[in-house]
Amino acid sequence: MPEPLLQVKDLTVTFPNSRGGVRAVRGVDYTVDEGEFLGIVGESGSGKSVSSLAVMGLLPSSAKIDGDITFRGDSLLGMSDRQLSRLRGREMAMIFQDPLSALTPVYTVGQQIQEALTLHDKNLQKRTAEKRAVELLKIVGIPAPERRVKAFPHEFSGGMRQRAMIAIAIANDPTLIIADEPTTALDVTIQAQILEVLQKAKEVTGAAVVLITHDLGVVAGNVDRVAVMYAGKLVEKGPVDEVFHTPRMPYTMGLLRSVPNMLTAGKERLVPLEGRPPNLAELPPGCPFADRCPAVQDRCRTTEPELLAELGDGREVACHRADEIAAGTLKPNDIFPRPPHEERELKESDTLNPVVRAQDLVRHFPLYKGSVFRRVVGSVKAVDGVDFEVLPGETLGLVGESGSGKSTTALEIMELVTPQRGSLEVAGKDVGTLSKAQRLQMRQDVQIVFQDPMAAVDPRMPVGDIIAEPLTVHKVPRAERTRRVLEMLDLVGLAPEMTDRYPHEFSGGQRQRIGIARSLITNPKVLVLDEPVSALDVSVQAGVMNLLEDLRDRLGLSYLFVAHDLAIIREIADKIAVMYLGRIVEYGPVKEVYETPRHPYTRALMSAVPVPDPAIERERQRILLTGDLPSPTEDIPGCNFASRCPLFRMLDEDRQARCLGEDPAAVPHGGSTVACHHVDQIGQLDDVDISALSPTGD
Amino acid sequence: MIKYILRRFVNYLILTVVATVFAYIAASLFFFPRRRYLGVNPPIPEDSIDGILSAYGVNDKDPVLLRTWWWIERVLFEPLSQKLGQDLNGDWVVLEIISRAGLSLRLLLLGALLAAILGVALGVWGAVRQYKASDQFVSYSSFILISTPTFVGGVILMIVATNVNDLIGFQAIRFTGPSTPGIDGFFPQVWDGFVHLLLPTIALMLFGAASYSRYQRSLMLDVLGSDFIRTARAKGATRNHALVKHGVRVALIPMSTYFAYSFGTLVAGSAFLEIIFSWEGMGKYGIVAVQTSDVNALAGNVCFTAVLLLFSSTLSEVLYAALDPRVRV
Repeated sequence: MPEPLLQVKDLTVTFPNSRGGVRAVRGVDYTVDEGEFLGIVGESGSGKSVSSLAVMGLLPSSAKIDGDITFRGDSLLGMSDRQLSRLRGREMAMIFQDPLSALTPVYTVGQQIQEALTLHDKNLQKRTAEKRAVELLKIVGIPAPERRVKAFPHEFSGGMRQRAMIAIAIANDPTLIIADEPTTALDVTIQAQILEVLQKAKEVTGAAVVLITHDLGVVAGNVDRVAVMYAGKLVEKGPVDEVFHTPRMPYTMGLLRSVPNMLTAGKERLVPLEGRPPNLAELPPGCPFADRCPAVQDRCRTTEPELLAELGDGREVACHRADEIAAGTLKPNDIFPRPPHEERELKESDTLNPVVRAQDLVRHFPLYKGSVFRRVVGSVKAVDGVDFEVLPGETLGLVGESGSGKSTTALEIMELVTPQRGSLEVAGKDVGTLSKAQRLQMRQDVQIVFQDPMAAVDPRMPVGDIIAEPLTVHKVPRAERTRRVLEMLDLVGLAPEMTDRYPHEFSGGQRQRIGIARSLITNPKVLVLDEPVSALDVSVQAGVMNLLEDLRDRLGLSYLFVAHDLAIIREIADKIAVMYLGRIVEYGPVKEVYETPRHPYTRALMSAVPVPDPAIERERQRILLTGDLPSPTEDIPGCNFASRCPLFRMLDEDRQARCLGEDPAAVPHGGSTVACHHVDQIGQLDDVDISALSPTGD
Repeated sequence: MIKYILRRFVNYLILTVVATVFAYIAASLFFFPRRRYLGVNPPIPEDSIDGILSAYGVNDKDPVLLRTWWWIERVLFEPLSQKLGQDLNGDWVVLEIISRAGLSLRLLLLGALLAAILGVALGVWGAVRQYKASDQFVSYSSFILISTPTFVGGVILMIVATNVNDLIGFQAIRFTGPSTPGIDGFFPQVWDGFVHLLLPTIALMLFGAASYSRYQRSLMLDVLGSDFIRTARAKGATRNHALVKHGVRVALIPMSTYFAYSFGTLVAGSAFLEIIFSWEGMGKYGIVAVQTSDVNALAGNVCFTAVLLLFSSTLSEVLYAALDPRVRV
């Protein structure tokens, strides 16, 4: 058997602090073979990034590293910075999460790629390095590389910067590429592009890739083997198909069952994985997952299971009950049973008056120029004429990439003022006609839950006061407030004695429950949910999603649910509005839109969402969108999606001319409304040749 | 970009004019130059005093706004050397400023340059070795220096220099005025000038470096944890290479504003240093103007400082744009 490329043996990383230290990584073993694609999955704080930084020798000097890391048989831990830096970038390269901050702002992209080359080849001519930089940018699919090589990072979009990062990583033909959450900060359509580029980089260099992510869908479609990390340790390891189909560690099972799958969402409920990972500074004895594990036994609380390959089938599990699970006597459904699906009664929609109705809603932000005499030079068309309605007890999902105007739309409703154009009705009243007192009164009816639960609450206020705050605005007496706070805490599943505690004592999921309690305390009719679960770890998302579903059905609430995640929208929404550059391009019942998407953008968006199922993921045809979102300040005479439209490029000239010259209006097709001239041609996208559409440098 | 800088320049120019006019009005309101001629023995007749003051344009019997108007007229229409009028010694303010500014510049330029270099180096070094003994030492020394008044520091330096002179038996370090009168020959004069500059330069370097290093250290600390330093190291740069080429380069950007302003105002003098080392520079001119209620001299001083600020603000814009591609338009 050939020697593995990278071997990590019993790796331990401790960050010393005044009370002994935080053990971020606690004995991790894994190997990476030449040319292999390994995925490491874990939630935030599981130690997945720390362990990979340890491999690269990029941890801060205060970190204490034990164990052994060998690369091609050479131990890395004993090496000096100088020795390591000869390996870094040449033999092993790394791609980081946040492409916005990972490039030095003061050097051009070209200079930074050239630096990667010249650092390892002092004799390299400047000319040759420049040429090579252009070539590399071309490989990673940056259009007009000769020009772009001279651009500064701030002139690149997020997706292009990440491409540049990949170009730097493959500059010296490395044998190992570590990608640490390379797509987490990006939109789903850009994520699909970047994963494609990563695959291409792997082919071009033949390097082994270690992909670190929290997203099971991203892992499913790309890697050969997967390792699951929890609380600083690997808890399960094996070939990706087997781990996804027959997980043996209860944590893996829980994780897989808690993630909404875009293809099946809405049919069965998500399984919540309650609790939170243990504090690595004061780890109790036993299995770190014991507190959250429904299949816990006494021995789990006393001894921690080792990662063992007992069954000899190439899979390793750290669980005392692994043999039972492997034998099939302990099934995932016994450990994490799916909560019963609650029947929803939706009233006949024709007879209902919508709680929110927007017609031709517009929100433009003026762009100014000049410091002494400010003048308007253009406008950002954040929301550019959208129509939608939310019926009582119904959920409208608003999806789109960042910059599509979905959050602005949500905030426009919260503002309750006359829109710049069009009309907005809330609870049957036109908000433009409201007096000041009526508007204050109406604020009780419309409440919001924000994305980041920690940023949305005052950290110096006890939870009881946070939840009661909306009532103090509406001058509700103290005794009544206290009564309502307790009622709300009960409603969202928090203990009543928590009123006196402060936000930092709660986990992310609990904090979001506090945010939900605060929004519900005024008995609202409509709840605007602005990405309510996207800041949460995957395992706690499910709990919050289920809570939101239950509350809606029990209290008869209406939701406007803003999200970028199509799986989550399918899980909770009744209707969906797909937004692109301030417009709604497709609007209709969830079932219809997901089963027969009619707008090419909806198609592309759906095909970009990774599904946490390796078998399906490998079969799926991806429609890749080229390039980035155009600037919302541009005046586009025709369809504003034409520049990226995959269908547009397949049409004949007459049809194309129509796309470019005429702004498509939203027209009913079946149960949906679609803003596309060529809905009848959408079938062409079913049998596309992917390679013809993938972005290569033009 | 050039258009942008020109526009900024015009903005600053307007501010300069406004500031100077206000300074003239304020000085005219609060100064009482007549006092100089009152209570002397034998008493000067009031008519003569009025005559003298009117000749300077500072007669308090004329309305303040009228005097301001005359002053503006003078600035606009007189030949350059007479634009700012005469000070109470009868010297033309513009000529006085020119000779004194040169002296101030000579006194301060070298010290300021060394201060900037040393300050940046110490700041970076301290940040990289955060909380280690060497960083603590630099930090505490800087704090002591920053909290020492300039004249105390200057006097201590002079005492040390005197002791050194006593020890070696002849006057190696001289520190009174810019030069020793009566020295002939080019090289002896240069050497004499250098010897006289030694103490002020050391003083300025230490005090300047102390505060520069504080700024630079905190800027560098912000940059140290940046992702792009990690990227540079992942490319194969050693820690030091990444810190210098990527870290210091970025951390210098905000410093450029600070540099531009402090270099720009250098010519305006450092009053304390000039008084301690008996140099007749710009700083001293301003203080004397206030002491003697010299309206024209003070207005000239403020005008000069404002013009310097005008240039240093523009310089800081140019420097910033040169260092940071993100602000280039």
